[in-house]
Amino acid sequence: MINKKVANAAEAIQDIADESVLLLGGFGLCGIPEAAIQALLERNPKGLTCISNNAGVDDFGVGLLLKKRMVKKLIASYVGENEEFEKQYKAGELELELIPQGTLAERIRAGGAGIPAFFTPAGIGSQLAEGKEIREFDGRLYLLERWIKADFALIKAWKGDTAGNLIYRGTARNFNPLMAAAGKITIAEVEELVPAGELDPNQVHTPGIYVQRIFQGDHYEKRIEKTTISPE
Amino acid sequence: MLTKEQIAQRIAREIKDGQYINLGIGIPTLVANYIPSHLQVVLQSENGLLGIGPYPKQADMDPDLVNAGKETISMVRGSSLFDSAEAFAMIRGGHIDVAILGALELSENGDISNWKISSSLIKGVGGALDLVASNAKLFVAMRHCHKDGSSKLKKQCKFPVTGLRCVHKIFTDLGVFSILPEGGFKLVEKAPGVDLDEIRQKTEGRLVIKGEIPEMTGFAK
Repeated sequence: MINKKVANAAEAIQDIADESVLLLGGFGLCGIPEAAIQALLERNPKGLTCISNNAGVDDFGVGLLLKKRMVKKLIASYVGENEEFEKQYKAGELELELIPQGTLAERIRAGGAGIPAFFTPAGIGSQLAEGKEIREFDGRLYLLERWIKADFALIKAWKGDTAGNLIYRGTARNFNPLMAAAGKITIAEVEELVPAGELDPNQVHTPGIYVQRIFQGDHYEKRIEKTTISPE
Repeated sequence: MLTKEQIAQRIAREIKDGQYINLGIGIPTLVANYIPSHLQVVLQSENGLLGIGPYPKQADMDPDLVNAGKETISMVRGSSLFDSAEAFAMIRGGHIDVAILGALELSENGDISNWKISSSLIKGVGGALDLVASNAKLFVAMRHCHKDGSSKLKKQCKFPVTGLRCVHKIFTDLGVFSILPEGGFKLVEKAPGVDLDEIRQKTEGRLVIKGEIPEMTGFAK
């Protein structure tokens, strides 16, 4: 089995250069590639295009890359929880492309699956349809949307093996499997890395073919964005 | 006038046995608290879960388990987990029966605005555009007026439109409304203690009041 294991996050991201286009997994702060983001902060490439459902918060997730002014363009569906983002956007220092969440997911899926474009009903009648091709199918209007691919995909799974097979946990799966397939180089970080053969093939969510590098993160904060509990 | 919780209680009465339901952020999330326990329904979270349960006990809180509002949640028995493309395939593919959303404004044609980009506020669109483009029955939960007192039930939306002619029913603090095929907000029920003049005054779009309008009853404290 091909061995995808690298020593750590720094080694995994060592060739991410200025102007790279990155896919970053996660929904809010759930299932984000924490270790790769930390390593990127140290390496400090500039002019990045980041494609991620959210912008993180001011002091965690993609928000850290924004704060360090490493990002020139953000492609996301929701950026509400980040003041730094808002500041840079208003000052005209950061480009933003807002995409409906389902369209974002499908564009990334299409990128990984070799489908250059598809039609979706989402966005018809809205500002986001401006300049896009519209076609009618069976009496209903649909928008043409293009695939998304990237130089690197930074994703996070729960468990993985040295062959790059991945298993996610809970709702931390979200965009990660889609992005795995859409990155030219996909860097997966996991909480537990095992030798190939130790994961049950029946349980694998992302087959190793999509993953070029895998490492085990040292420590996962897994910050919770909104704590909501039921009374005891 | 209804509280947020009472709006949620009223919407919960629309829910039918066997439905798959997507709840938006805000008042819609509260609806889950009032769905009668004898109904078998499944709540979808578009970040990848069918079977949202109540908020967890402190000790059971799991950072890998959040809803679309990024709140910690639990799963009910029989839940399933999936990725974001699958979640929206369910939505656009017509598999979700009911979507309950908040809104900034509605037009009398049933257009909905629930996102905006302006110099004062940038939030994003999330999954709203996909949800309103699905075949799910679309219920809107919102306050009748903006904070400055202006009506959210308009002739035409002033904010960017999320979807055209897609709203089925509207639940505000003043009443329940349906959208007439020819355009117009038809008052179906009014909130306790609200008189029709107030509703007329606070509805900017075409309002249709026909016959005796029943008053809502039976709110839990």
